[in-house]
Amino acid sequence: MDALSGFFAILDATLRVSTPLILAAMAGLFSERSGIVDISLEGKMLASAFAAAAVAAVTGSAWLALGTGILVGIALALVHGFACITHRGNQVVSGLAINILASGLTVVLGIAWFAQGGQTPSLGSGARFMPLELPLAEAARSVPVIGPFYSDVISGHNVLVYVAWLAVFATWWVVYRTRFGLRIRAVGENPLAVDTAGLSVSRLRYCAVAICGALSGIAGTYLSTAQNASFVREMTAGQGYIALAALIFGKWRPVPAMLACLMFGFLDAVAIRMQGVSLPLIGEVPVQAIQALPYVLTVILLAGFIGRATAPKAVGIPFLKER
Amino acid sequence: MSINTSSIPLPAWLEIGLIPVLNIVMALFFSGLIMLAIGVNPIEAVGIMINGAFGYDEAIGYTLYYTTNFIFTGLAVAVAFHANLFNIGGEGQAYIGGLGVGLVFLLLDKYLPMILLIPLGIIAAGLFGAAWAYIPAWLQAHRGSHIVITTIMFNFIASSIMVYLLVNVLIKPGQMSPETRQFDESAWLPFMHDVLGWFGMEVTRSPLNLSLVFALICCVFVWVYIWRTRWGYELRTSGQSEAAARYAGIKPKTVIITAMCVSGALAGFVAVNEIMGVHHRLLLNFTAGYGFTGIAVSLMGRNHPVGIIMASLLFGVLYQGGAELAFEIPTITREMVVAIQGLIILFSGALALMLRPWVVKVYLKFKPVDEVVPA
Repeated sequence: MDALSGFFAILDATLRVSTPLILAAMAGLFSERSGIVDISLEGKMLASAFAAAAVAAVTGSAWLALGTGILVGIALALVHGFACITHRGNQVVSGLAINILASGLTVVLGIAWFAQGGQTPSLGSGARFMPLELPLAEAARSVPVIGPFYSDVISGHNVLVYVAWLAVFATWWVVYRTRFGLRIRAVGENPLAVDTAGLSVSRLRYCAVAICGALSGIAGTYLSTAQNASFVREMTAGQGYIALAALIFGKWRPVPAMLACLMFGFLDAVAIRMQGVSLPLIGEVPVQAIQALPYVLTVILLAGFIGRATAPKAVGIPFLKER
Repeated sequence: MSINTSSIPLPAWLEIGLIPVLNIVMALFFSGLIMLAIGVNPIEAVGIMINGAFGYDEAIGYTLYYTTNFIFTGLAVAVAFHANLFNIGGEGQAYIGGLGVGLVFLLLDKYLPMILLIPLGIIAAGLFGAAWAYIPAWLQAHRGSHIVITTIMFNFIASSIMVYLLVNVLIKPGQMSPETRQFDESAWLPFMHDVLGWFGMEVTRSPLNLSLVFALICCVFVWVYIWRTRWGYELRTSGQSEAAARYAGIKPKTVIITAMCVSGALAGFVAVNEIMGVHHRLLLNFTAGYGFTGIAVSLMGRNHPVGIIMASLLFGVLYQGGAELAFEIPTITREMVVAIQGLIILFSGALALMLRPWVVKVYLKFKPVDEVVPA
């Protein structure tokens, strides 16, 4: 049973580290499916994480923190939209600007407001999203294998972890089963056709970008008020880019993107436990090798060596309405 | 009648003079708002920054030392931009360029004279940087994977490799911090205060070294390369229209790979300034975001060497003045400069054309439409 519980502990950690990735990947999915490249997931998460932690520290309410995180995410997404949709600016440049702005501003404001070297004050349990015990978790523990799986892996996470699962389902449903989703996909493939059909390309793209902002806001809030108990400078540490990699890995589809996030999260969870452990035949695997694996895999995938990742056709191209 | 302003030509002094300046003014205006929000007087801050960047000779040395890095990374981004490629990987290419310098010097610094070591170091920095850009370039040219995404991924991969090598392989034995041993003094690029000392000029010590001269030489080379050679012509043609380039017998694949290798080599030269000129050992994170700043520099400088020198100087002032500002005013930190950088990229890059319709409207007030637009 020891090996099994160890494995369950890794799975449990996988879910915890994959959650922000999943939320951010779904965020990126809306934006990129509508034709707007979004490398600013990282910056939006960072800014939201800071805003949420700041609000939670001041008000002591985790829900207010979540609301603020979402609003900040949407605000930055609208800046991205303003540059890319209204002014047809370069989408990569705009995304990069948001990342750099967030990376600087969070530290500047953090030091000015809290004077703790860029950190926010650490949050009490009331101001955070605390683990929830799912019904029957204790009772089910006695059932072999499935019982511990339910009580150790599925149960005992905070509410945002379950929100992330819900977000995957919701994204799938919206993108593939609603009229709005059809239009979002169409505007990312052939905006001219959507325009000809009498719909506003800008409006649809602004909607998609705003949803993207809200989801990255939840991801950021999770980092600073659920996974950790304060904001730390640069706390996203490339997770926005990993989410982007997962999105590409999942070929811009919700469920495969989620699986890619889980895989990257699993690698991360394993990497921590592999430190200093010598494997038979291979020897000690450097932690850095496992950390770099998501990026390496994405490059290999993009090169078409394991399947083809085809981006939405109109992604990155500004739409100019004919006059 | 509403006019489509984007089709109205503007005279050069408006297009490449006024509009870029207005964009920077916008970025600085918002930076001022941020300062006001944290209770710092922006005018006072600008005073401290300018004094901290130019006020005394050590400050000027530091300003120009930062400028050197930005010229290299700015040129790197610009060369790729001319081929319509977006190289976000300057950071990783500079990092790996440092690896090249480190390996060459760790192997040879005891055996060769300075006259050979310095050129070898420069070549190694360029070659390693170019090699790190070659892979994304090859993948873009032959496998169609998007250069932006691959260069981002390569930044992270470079960082992992460097951490691994410095922590496990290249670290000086018996030392805690992940750094190599110091190189032999014959491998050091001379400091500017030493060089000026040879000519009898006394200046305070600063990290400024001969790399600045090398950076300015690179500017001339890049200008010649892009505007005065066949390769530069092919690069620009392919950047403007791949189809036209192919029709003219230019091979876009070769252009992509050449442009990215030149770009990567230029980014790798950051290591010449940092590793050969200042630190004299290989260490973690010596690139410190200079690769990303290069994007801001290139956008501000309109991808032209002269513009890049001016933009690099502005960022040199921001970095050195920002350090001084953080020292003088405790509520402000060096990250303020990062935020300003973000705003400059936003306004000079993504929103570069935001103000153009307004400028066109004002311009048309002074010139009748039928004179500007041929009927």
